[in-house]
Amino acid sequence: MTSLYSRFCNSSIGRKWIVALTGLALIAYVIGHMIGNLQIFMGRERINAYAETLHSMGPLLWAVRAFLLAAFVVHIVVTIQLTAENRRARPERYSVKEERRAGAASKSMIISGLIVLSFVVYHLLHFTTNTTNPEFKVLEDAKGRHDVYAMVIHGFQNPLVAWFYITGMFLLCLHLSHGFQSFLQTIGANSKKTAPVFDAGSRLLAWFIFAGYTAIPAAVLLHLLHT
Amino acid sequence: MNFKLRVWRQENPKSEGRFANYEAPDIPSDASFLEMLDIVNEGLILKGDSPIAFDHDCREGICGMCSLVINGTPHGPEKATTTCQLYMRHFRDGQTIHIEPFRAKAFPVIRDLVVNRAAFDRIQQAGGFITARAGSAPDGNAVPIAKPAADLAMDAAACIGCGACVAACPNSSAMLFVGAKVSHLGLLPQGQPERMRRVLNMVKTMDNEGFGNCTNHYECEAVCPAEISVAFIARMNRDYAIASVRESVE
Ligand code: HEM
Ligand code: FES
Repeated sequence: MTSLYSRFCNSSIGRKWIVALTGLALIAYVIGHMIGNLQIFMGRERINAYAETLHSMGPLLWAVRAFLLAAFVVHIVVTIQLTAENRRARPERYSVKEERRAGAASKSMIISGLIVLSFVVYHLLHFTTNTTNPEFKVLEDAKGRHDVYAMVIHGFQNPLVAWFYITGMFLLCLHLSHGFQSFLQTIGANSKKTAPVFDAGSRLLAWFIFAGYTAIPAAVLLHLLHT
Repeated sequence: MNFKLRVWRQENPKSEGRFANYEAPDIPSDASFLEMLDIVNEGLILKGDSPIAFDHDCREGICGMCSLVINGTPHGPEKATTTCQLYMRHFRDGQTIHIEPFRAKAFPVIRDLVVNRAAFDRIQQAGGFITARAGSAPDGNAVPIAKPAADLAMDAAACIGCGACVAACPNSSAMLFVGAKVSHLGLLPQGQPERMRRVLNMVKTMDNEGFGNCTNHYECEAVCPAEISVAFIARMNRDYAIASVRESVE
């Protein structure tokens, strides 16, 4: 008998399930994080209080972080493995090949994913550890809390940084425009009837997320948000 | 009609292949693509050249033997059509036509445009069957089957096993074929006893044969001459997970 571990970790379909489930965990985080961030439009008080609450959760916060890191690493390791196998499955390329259904999003999954990875690394160094901008660490609001509101606005007042974030979000959402319906297909929720709905819904969700995230750097660039 | 052909020629599985150019003059517009190749081959034989090798059998769109990637699309540009049912009137007079074999590690070239699709047979042997009592044929309608299940099983059974799905897939994945075969029997009452074993064994064999992994490009569905839906891949994914979990708790 083959073990459950082997059925999932050493097979094509099993690893697709792993990619899909870790992808779902990441999507859930992406949506939650967006809702959290959008509180910046409700003012300094609201967003700084929200950040304070998160940081006061201690062990729970670390548990969530560890879970997300694990999902992220597994998602990346498995997709790189699958992509390498897929390349090997066609040693001789076609000299002429037409694509009928595959689109920019589905064909660029590994590239959009890897760029998102580099974005995430920069994002953590920028706003989480403040390694790139140590001056952000000492920002404090009137109540002595870390002034996240000022940090984000100062961060995005550099147009280069703002545009880097917008580009990163574009690629993430390109990834998700294919990824969300892909998730539904992989877990077997798709049928002939649902296919067009899932396809449209996946794009809609992705561009909704894009709009949500980009609203913040865009508002700073347009001077709608300022300190 | 007149055409220019750019055709993949390869002596044997081990030799290097290359493209060769041929003229195809005076082709009747109602010739099928394979008849066009027959005409070109007659000319080659008369000149003492070796004819272009290609696969075919029924020439009526039901056996799944014909193949070819024509101008970048398996079975050519017409929707839901096998190469043997593709007619030259669908091409422009004077057009250059690129003809390549199905390309995948799991489908090695035997000669020219002929590829070895025995990997599909081995996948079938791993689970594409039911256990039935030998002897006299059972009475028709002795086993009641709900209409929706029967219809869906018929849709899956339409797969002729030609391998165009593998040829079209950017990853050379065989999941449309395997999805159709797993679902076809898995939807019917006669296929229930082996349902769980079937999906596990067929997927395992598919993986061992060196096919790629589906990443949901859906190129397979777009070229399938039998219009098999990718929903059968979804169904297989679900059956696979259920079978794996059941196997581990039993
Ligand atoms: C927040 C970040 C990310 C989210 C929300 C996300 C989400 C998803 C989702 C939902 C899927 C579809 C799963 C399926 O059904 O197959 C997917 C697929 C994929 N992801 Fe990600 N992903 C993220 C980051 C990355 C990164 C960093 C990589 C880098 C390697 C990556 C590479 C891929 C690839 C190659 C696929 C296609 C795999 C397949 O369809 O079999 N992803 N992603
Ligand atoms: S030769 Fe039988 S399907 Fe084309």
